[in-house]
Amino acid sequence: MNLPDPIDDSNTHRYIPNASQDIAEMLRVVGVESIERLFDSIPDEVKLDRLLDIPGPWSEIESRRWFRALAAKNRSAADHLSFLGAGAYAHDQPACIDQLLLRAEFLTSYTPYQPEVSQGTLQSIFEYQTHQCLLTGLDVANASLYDGSTALCEAVLLAERVGKGRKKVVIARSVHPEYTATVRTYVQNLGLEVVEVGWTADGRIDPSALRPAIDGAFAVAIQSPNFLGVIEDYDAVNRIATEAGATKIAVITEATSLGIVSPPGAHGFDIAVGEGQAWGIPTQFGGPYVGFMVVKDALKRHMPGRLAGETVDVDGRRAYVLTLATREQHIRRGKATSNICTNQALIALAANMYLSLLGKEGLREVAVQCLQKAAYLRGKLQQTGSVILPFSGPVYNELVVRTPFPAAEILADLEHEKILGGVPLGRWFPEQPNDFLVAVTELHTREHLDLFVSTLSAAISRERR
Amino acid sequence: MTGIIEQPPVTSGAEVKQGSNREGLLFEHSRTGRRGYQLPALDVPEQELETLIPGALRREEVAGEVEVSEVDVIRHFTRLSKLNVSIDAGLYPLGSCTMKHNPRINEEIARTPGFALSHPLQADHQVQGNLELLWWLEQTLKEIFGLPRVTLQPVAGAHGELTGILMVHKALAGSGNPRKYILIPDSAHGTNPASAAFAGYEVRELKSSSRGTVDLSALEQAVTEDVAALMVTVPNTLGVFESEIRKMADILHAKGAYLYCDGANLNSFVGVARPGDMGIDVIHSNLHKTFSTPHGGGGPGAGPVGVSEALVPYLPSPTVERREDGTFYLEHDHPRSIGRMRAFNGNFGVLVRALTYMRSMGPTGLRRIAQLAVLNANYIRARLKGAYHLPYGSPTLHEVVFSDKHQTARDVHTLDIAKRLMDYGFHPPTIYFPLIVSGALMIEPTESEPKEELDAFCEAMLAIAREAEERPELVRSAPHTTPVRRLDEARAARNPVLRWKK
Amino acid sequence: MANTPEDNRYAKSHEYVHVEGDVGTIGITDYAQKELGDVVFVELPQVGSQLDATDELGSIESVKAVSELFAPVTGEVIEVNEALADKPELVNTDPYGDGWMVRVRLSSPDEADELLMTAEEYEEYVEKESAK
Repeated sequence: MNLPDPIDDSNTHRYIPNASQDIAEMLRVVGVESIERLFDSIPDEVKLDRLLDIPGPWSEIESRRWFRALAAKNRSAADHLSFLGAGAYAHDQPACIDQLLLRAEFLTSYTPYQPEVSQGTLQSIFEYQTHQCLLTGLDVANASLYDGSTALCEAVLLAERVGKGRKKVVIARSVHPEYTATVRTYVQNLGLEVVEVGWTADGRIDPSALRPAIDGAFAVAIQSPNFLGVIEDYDAVNRIATEAGATKIAVITEATSLGIVSPPGAHGFDIAVGEGQAWGIPTQFGGPYVGFMVVKDALKRHMPGRLAGETVDVDGRRAYVLTLATREQHIRRGKATSNICTNQALIALAANMYLSLLGKEGLREVAVQCLQKAAYLRGKLQQTGSVILPFSGPVYNELVVRTPFPAAEILADLEHEKILGGVPLGRWFPEQPNDFLVAVTELHTREHLDLFVSTLSAAISRERR
Repeated sequence: MTGIIEQPPVTSGAEVKQGSNREGLLFEHSRTGRRGYQLPALDVPEQELETLIPGALRREEVAGEVEVSEVDVIRHFTRLSKLNVSIDAGLYPLGSCTMKHNPRINEEIARTPGFALSHPLQADHQVQGNLELLWWLEQTLKEIFGLPRVTLQPVAGAHGELTGILMVHKALAGSGNPRKYILIPDSAHGTNPASAAFAGYEVRELKSSSRGTVDLSALEQAVTEDVAALMVTVPNTLGVFESEIRKMADILHAKGAYLYCDGANLNSFVGVARPGDMGIDVIHSNLHKTFSTPHGGGGPGAGPVGVSEALVPYLPSPTVERREDGTFYLEHDHPRSIGRMRAFNGNFGVLVRALTYMRSMGPTGLRRIAQLAVLNANYIRARLKGAYHLPYGSPTLHEVVFSDKHQTARDVHTLDIAKRLMDYGFHPPTIYFPLIVSGALMIEPTESEPKEELDAFCEAMLAIAREAEERPELVRSAPHTTPVRRLDEARAARNPVLRWKK
Repeated sequence: MANTPEDNRYAKSHEYVHVEGDVGTIGITDYAQKELGDVVFVELPQVGSQLDATDELGSIESVKAVSELFAPVTGEVIEVNEALADKPELVNTDPYGDGWMVRVRLSSPDEADELLMTAEEYEEYVEKESAK
């Protein structure tokens, strides 16, 4: 056995202040002769008699060198023109947001359980909740959930709790397939049935299939703009679902669409859940993002997650505090509305800052630019005559593109020209091997869009030869 | 203003500033016509909106949204930040939460454009760097856990718990009977029973022994053919290591049940002992605790789950695999997998920070974490044990739980002690948890604290114990120096105001 | 010291029932409301639901605790105290008066006397409980 002696100063570490002098003094106060003795309660047979076999310790210089080399092995929007979306969108993040997020008081504080020393976090959650209500047209928003997919899981579980014993949930096939897959994981032992309903030629949920499917269901979930990029008709779904007595869940994966698309709360929907990543959060290979949930007032006591509420302190000053906590796991334990504890607070704060900076005008401008640029691209693609846009419904900033050739081949051709051209749909919909999703945001210029169209046309011509 | 304003002697750098200028809500700063953001002019021909989105599906504006400038926003959030205390400003001794130093190199690395701008649905060959990073993180956690595979998909501790118990369920169901119950000690975190319930189980509570640990004979009785697993925190929420962990595992395994470990307290034994060697079948680790990713006011985190050989087929899909030629890919073909636990690839940005930290620490550093965290906690225990009641005398590792029993005679309770600590510039410990200790004060200093900070904290706690004797009203009415004082929490819950309205 | 009126009957789970004719008025005791602290929410059954003695009747929440309520007697719910929705604090200020929770049509008016404790017995019971 050759383990380092903690009191030997050749073993100190820059993140761990106490060294030999401190340790010696502290051991005297504790009344033991060595640190090892403090581990006597761990039986020898389970103690490790060697050091872990892992690299390090590294200086910052070594870390930078290794991790930057790794990052350089990626091809990404850092060095390619990207049209990737499908639930994760590259929008602009104003410079001051990351600077503010790095403030220690936000970055290195804990969940605001002690409100007297956490008003900054609590008030920002309260403001975030307000933005969510305004954007979705619903009444009560929580402090955050992990991401869009788990937010949908929580919405389904909430709807089941108020679902009068019904055990079936209908999910549109045009909801993000990884969201639906996550729901299936979550409910696998809860005796719930998940039924999917497909789409019609316009790319929207098929009402004639929805009507029979929703019979006896406690909820229906649709996404708008949906996974095919098409804006759903909330009113049509609301009519069918209301008649069936099902809770109506709207899923939103492109949150900036709320700047121009009429919100689910204005169309009778009970719950809006979704992914807040589009509010300027980097795509960073899938997370951390921020799930949101906003519900009608009547459902607030069934909500998962934390809620910040307004109150006063003993001197009558307005202040904020986590409230309705009896829903949560630390109090209701096995009967809680969710098991969530750690959430996505810092990302929700980033979203809050984004929404604040953009404000009423900015939210609309970003949405209008996304919409107009996608419309421009759609028109240009139609003009080529060599691609098919299979769905006729209105879109926001994303559309399905079909060529006569497998999507993977076409996208490989684009990648040669340093363009990440889209997300192939075949992974989820094997019957659509030639389709891929193309997303446009305010970051794209007209030149980018023209280049995409010309490169795609050239790729198709090449494949034809 | 009412109440006693009593400024205590400043004993620490972590002073809480008096918030004399309270910052209003941003919505109240809104002024017509202000703007905080600018886009380039639209460079494509503008089309009639009605032709793009019909009126019924369109909104004209987000009514009620703010109109503020960038200056307004920066001032607002800077002022709000000043109302928080943080680990960068001083000791933040929340038991079970492992509030440790958050190195900034981790932040820098996570922001490397090649990582930050990569997209979750890119083809494997385009994201070899990301996949290699994830592969290395799994290798590192496998070695730390002493277990053969680890999933990086779960994004929080509770998410990891659900993942782990779903795997147990699927494995048992595969052998014919998923069983009915999960055993959970009465000292457990609330997430444990909640996760077990959402995984489809009923919870049976195990009463702790007088040592505060699992009672082996009670366990033996409780483990029937209907029990799927025991969820146990090691060391438990009192900071006491389950010395008989091997025997516990044997009892469960003899009946075909699994041993789940809540790894929230891994900081106390990382590099010193390994869960796999203890007979543990499943463990989640909160990377935002042991591996220093910032808590961020409540998240984000990550909760990777390590499993024993028997559970490997049930891991969430996809997994990261390495080919013979040294390239990496996402494997989606796992017919017995529980499925995916969320869209995309987990909290990748958090995983980057955690691996950066593991590399910074290395094998010697990780071991030193546990050693100094345990020494720091025992130092506090030794210094405070006369003044505060220690309900369990068992040796403790990284945290110590006191109670308010010595102070209640003067009608001073744990809540009062916690609030008074704020006046001394410290965030309070975790209070009223674990539930098996009445009036619990659960203190976890972590290895990040220098001796002088620990001394300042102990001096503050000792001063409060004296105040409780001599001037109990001063403690009962604390805090006196914080931006706001005690809140009317009943009012907040009775008539919930959960958003701003004009 | 908690108030325990003589003209009620009491359950071990700290609900009382006040019987007049075939109608029983149910709430929680003064002792129970003191133990709970500030009541912030009361969940009550629907009018018309049928309750057996010891069935779960609803739940009551303080800021940081939830307790289940149990029906002390058998009967049909004929009225619930709507005022508690806006003013749950009535349970604290007037548990036996304005803070009542549910009125039931008793299946058997004698059941309360048979099953439940008198005020004196309840006080003794509470004393023993709090000594634990």
